[in-house]
Amino acid sequence: MKKWYNLLATVWVGLVTHKLRSFLTILGVVIGVASVITLMSIGQGTQDSILSNIESMGTKKITISAGARTFGGVRSTASNTLTMEDAEAIAGQVPDITSVASTYSSNLQVVVGGENMNSSVTGVTPEYREVENLEITSGTFFSEDEYKRGSKVAVIGSNVAETLFGTDDPLGQRIRMGSIIATVTGVLESEGGGGFGMSADDAIYIPLTAMQQAVSQPRTAQGEKVVSSIVLTIADEELAEQVSDDITTVLRDRHRLGPGTDDDFNIMSTQEMAEMMTSTTETLTLLLGAVAAISLLVGGIGVMNIMLVSVLERTREIGIRKALGARDTDIWSQFLVEAALLTFVGGIIGVIFGWGIALLIDNLGLMTTVVSVNVVILAVSVAIGIGIFFGFYPAWNASRLNPIEALRSE
Amino acid sequence: MIKLENIIKKYPMGKRELTVLKEITLHIKQGELVAIMGPSGSGKTTMLNLLGCLDVPTSGSYLLEGREVSRLGSGELARIRGQKIGFIFQTFNLLSRLTALANVELAMTYAGGVDRKRALEALAKVGLSERIHHRPLELSGGEQQRVAIARSIVKNPSLFLADEPTGQLDSQSGSEVISILTSLHAEQGITLVVVTHDASIASHCQRIIHLKDGEIVTEENT
Repeated sequence: MKKWYNLLATVWVGLVTHKLRSFLTILGVVIGVASVITLMSIGQGTQDSILSNIESMGTKKITISAGARTFGGVRSTASNTLTMEDAEAIAGQVPDITSVASTYSSNLQVVVGGENMNSSVTGVTPEYREVENLEITSGTFFSEDEYKRGSKVAVIGSNVAETLFGTDDPLGQRIRMGSIIATVTGVLESEGGGGFGMSADDAIYIPLTAMQQAVSQPRTAQGEKVVSSIVLTIADEELAEQVSDDITTVLRDRHRLGPGTDDDFNIMSTQEMAEMMTSTTETLTLLLGAVAAISLLVGGIGVMNIMLVSVLERTREIGIRKALGARDTDIWSQFLVEAALLTFVGGIIGVIFGWGIALLIDNLGLMTTVVSVNVVILAVSVAIGIGIFFGFYPAWNASRLNPIEALRSE
Repeated sequence: MIKLENIIKKYPMGKRELTVLKEITLHIKQGELVAIMGPSGSGKTTMLNLLGCLDVPTSGSYLLEGREVSRLGSGELARIRGQKIGFIFQTFNLLSRLTALANVELAMTYAGGVDRKRALEALAKVGLSERIHHRPLELSGGEQQRVAIARSIVKNPSLFLADEPTGQLDSQSGSEVISILTSLHAEQGITLVVVTHDASIASHCQRIIHLKDGEIVTEENT
């Protein structure tokens, strides 16, 4: 214990004596660790915000989309396999479902006065609001009654409202979408966040029955009306798997898919989506960390360079120590501890900087960042490890110096 | 206490070998004060390096306190240097960034452990109680050499080895250093081997050994 204290004290005095040089030596490590911490915190923050986004959509939601599932859950070419009748069958036959809604989306030219934009317009059934948990800031969502009548009413997302109407009140205004003209009856609450995929902020919802008047909804060979997706909520998120299996059975039966044929639809629960996004962002985070780790490595090479110089410069000191009875291992550990202490201090400073930058990015609202303790511990350990690794060779060089020659050097 | 028998030391010089010491045989008793004199290139320093376990002979035997040390590895030699040998160099060889006290304590770290009280005692013995927190560059040459002596005293070594201890000092501080060494010998009966050109130092010694071309040419007892 005392021996270690002496060793640390010896090394510390050496480092403090050469403040500027010590600082420049660890600068590379400081930058490396700081960038690891910052980039990893950005990765982690992105992951967290995506997950909370997904969770805000409701953890009890299941989305069924047309087309076979391909790698990564991306839909292959749009296919017209899901129908209104499928949705009714699911609602009727699968237990534990609380609500089912169908959607049909189409890209339409949206015109308001002079404003003109190309937007995706989604025709939905009234249950859609409940399934998607949509909040209305002003006005109302369309009713069951309006749906049945095919009323030309529209509920728009906050971004759409801003784009089309600016600061004007959108309620009661008319929007032309393709061949229909609808009155805005509701504006959705902003979901905020970067979001991913489609955000309700950018959406225009009209009754599916009104949609059918604007565009001709395709029909299958059996004469069923095609929908883009079926969304539904379940009673309990624990049941997601069971319900997915039941839906699969119902749909395969309805679509007359024989054994050995792939599903022509794709069922994804929020849970599943969250897992998928997590694995994607984890990869991203790792990649960011790896890039930052390279700068840490470069910092380590800088440490080695300075340590080699330092050994040369202190040849005489090494000779004196050896004459006083220092063994090779004493010299060796002195230089190794010096390198490790340097990079440890560099690591700590780097953590402070990195953490500060991460907090700054977060507070400025540029991005969500989350600094995880594991990453901090890892970065500091790696910094010390780099000191030991890159200090090894210079320390070994120092320990092998011949004391007589070392004493003779100037 | 020291028995050198047929010590030969050769150094490679390009393709040939240079024989620096030729069959040196020398016995030194406990408490003796021995001077080694000779022209440069006579092998004085090599002999001191061997005595100080900084180097090992090419052949021959070196018994230090009855222990054969001529075939030991570097780790064992370092231990002997740390515990049994006290070096006093011509150029002092203090660590310039450490204070006088820290320099003395440094020697203790390699000799078993730091003991602040003993370090202070050693510095008091060489008359530097007032200067313990000064660094070497703030001390005169004579003071620096006294720190170096304190650094040796503190370990209570079996053998003191001095290489031209007054070579870089003015005559005043030189004689102070000599009087410290001789009084240490008188009071504590230390064994001291000193390499020197200086006849006045040699005159304080009990034995003077003259080396020439790696051989002992004369030995006189005073």
